[in-house]
Amino acid sequence: MNKVPGTLKLGLLRGQMEIIQFSRQKEAVVFTIFFPVILLAIFGSVFKDTIAPGVTFSQYFVAGMIASGLVNSGFQNIAINIPIERDMGAIKRLRGTPLPITSYFIGKAISVFASMVVQVLILLAIGVAFFGLNMPTEPSKWLTFTWLLILGTASSTALGVAFSSVPKNGRGASAIVSPVVIILQFFSGVFFVFTQLPGWMQQVAAIFPLKWLTQGMRSVFLPDSFAAQEVAASWEGDRTAIILMVWLIVGLFFAVKTFRWENK
Amino acid sequence: MIEVKGLTKSYGDFTAVAGIDLAIEAGEIFALLGPNGAGKTTTVEILAGFRPADSGSVSVLGFDPATKGDAGRSWRNRIGIVLQTASDAGSFKVREIVKHFSAFYANPRDVDQVIEAVGLTEKRNSLVLELSGGQRRRLDVALGIIGNPELLFLDEPTTGFDPEARRAFWSLIRDLKAGGTTILLTTHYLDEAEELADRVAVITAGKIVEVSTPALLGGRSTAKATVSWMGTSGLESEESDNPTAVVAKLAAQFAGDIPELVITRPSLEDIYLKMIGGQHE
Repeated sequence: MNKVPGTLKLGLLRGQMEIIQFSRQKEAVVFTIFFPVILLAIFGSVFKDTIAPGVTFSQYFVAGMIASGLVNSGFQNIAINIPIERDMGAIKRLRGTPLPITSYFIGKAISVFASMVVQVLILLAIGVAFFGLNMPTEPSKWLTFTWLLILGTASSTALGVAFSSVPKNGRGASAIVSPVVIILQFFSGVFFVFTQLPGWMQQVAAIFPLKWLTQGMRSVFLPDSFAAQEVAASWEGDRTAIILMVWLIVGLFFAVKTFRWENK
Repeated sequence: MIEVKGLTKSYGDFTAVAGIDLAIEAGEIFALLGPNGAGKTTTVEILAGFRPADSGSVSVLGFDPATKGDAGRSWRNRIGIVLQTASDAGSFKVREIVKHFSAFYANPRDVDQVIEAVGLTEKRNSLVLELSGGQRRRLDVALGIIGNPELLFLDEPTTGFDPEARRAFWSLIRDLKAGGTTILLTTHYLDEAEELADRVAVITAGKIVEVSTPALLGGRSTAKATVSWMGTSGLESEESDNPTAVVAKLAAQFAGDIPELVITRPSLEDIYLKMIGGQHE
């Protein structure tokens, strides 16, 4: 009776509260879920060509949008919202309770994952209905998709928490975080075919996780014949997993090390 | 419950706490009374484990709040904290957030009873952002006491309350004390300290000026009374331990009615203002 509840159980409860909180912010919900759809509509209408036999730009773009979604919902959202939560005293209040900080992080990750599942379902449904999107049929592709989604959520969340220590307060957070994400998107082959970008851009992008997430998602949504056109002439699935895991560990290290409960 | 010796804390050049000693006993309501910027909040935040002290020794429920280590969660399980104004949790319903916080603790109080105790039963299904300032403050208290704490920190709990809300709040605090909770309260309202506290420490510029019961604060019970009256050459006055004797003497002198007779004793406010060096809010 006198034992405080377990970290994982509290993490699940935090996840539930994060989801409730997110779902009640209607503007955020609409923006997060429909922004990728709107971009798909724009890019799908502008670029009607195929970029390889049987591969439309829309097909290529969906992979990039799902990978971007992981960065937007995880890294960007969290790195902007934690400073705001600090401003409002939410984290200070939690810190005064027996809630372990790990449960707070788990809650964030759960809410990112839930938001991703909804985003992906809507994006794919609209892609199939209106933009001639072909869904992969092999179970192995969906297995790849699943581990990419889980590992992507985890590393994006951890890096978001880590980066949340950079903005001084909630007002400045968006101005600091958003450009990082937009530049990464351009460099990582979300809006353009990656191999058509300048070499130095490709090399910079290869340091960061988004390039690997987009490439991983292409391995799910594009035919295997397209792998020959990637930089390494292969999907590099193993390498993607290793790099995402390294970023996850880096993110967790800094998340724990630099986490603050109030703004400076 | 709480033992503090020689506590200091500075922020850069600013000395927030300049060496204070405190001993707070189980079951009492102890008030830290002082003007804004006196070091009350810093003291509470050190005792509640939010900040490390620069020097001095601190023991709260037998642990140093800064280095409680593995005892952290079970230590926090025994403590409730109501800090100064927060604006979080707006998109949750009152009952939702109280229930959520109850899950953090080993032996929480009943969610609906706590909501009832802080007078938010009618608002239990309202969003937090729809609450008035006073209602929000009562929610803060609900979240502070839901874990059934042995020790409760209240940092300026009634700032911005209307008189009725303060009375209701005071009665809630007395109920908590009756239930065995030890309470450390900070306030810059003299009447609040007088009304609630078993003992009061007056703090100003990071130092404790006096620790006493409200009735004895500043030697109020033994202070000299001032008798004043209209003499032949204008207003005259005399300080005395025995004003009755002064009045008797004057009555004989005037052979009847003493013109404009007034007898005053220093109010608690006079004493308090003198203690904190005449600083006003």
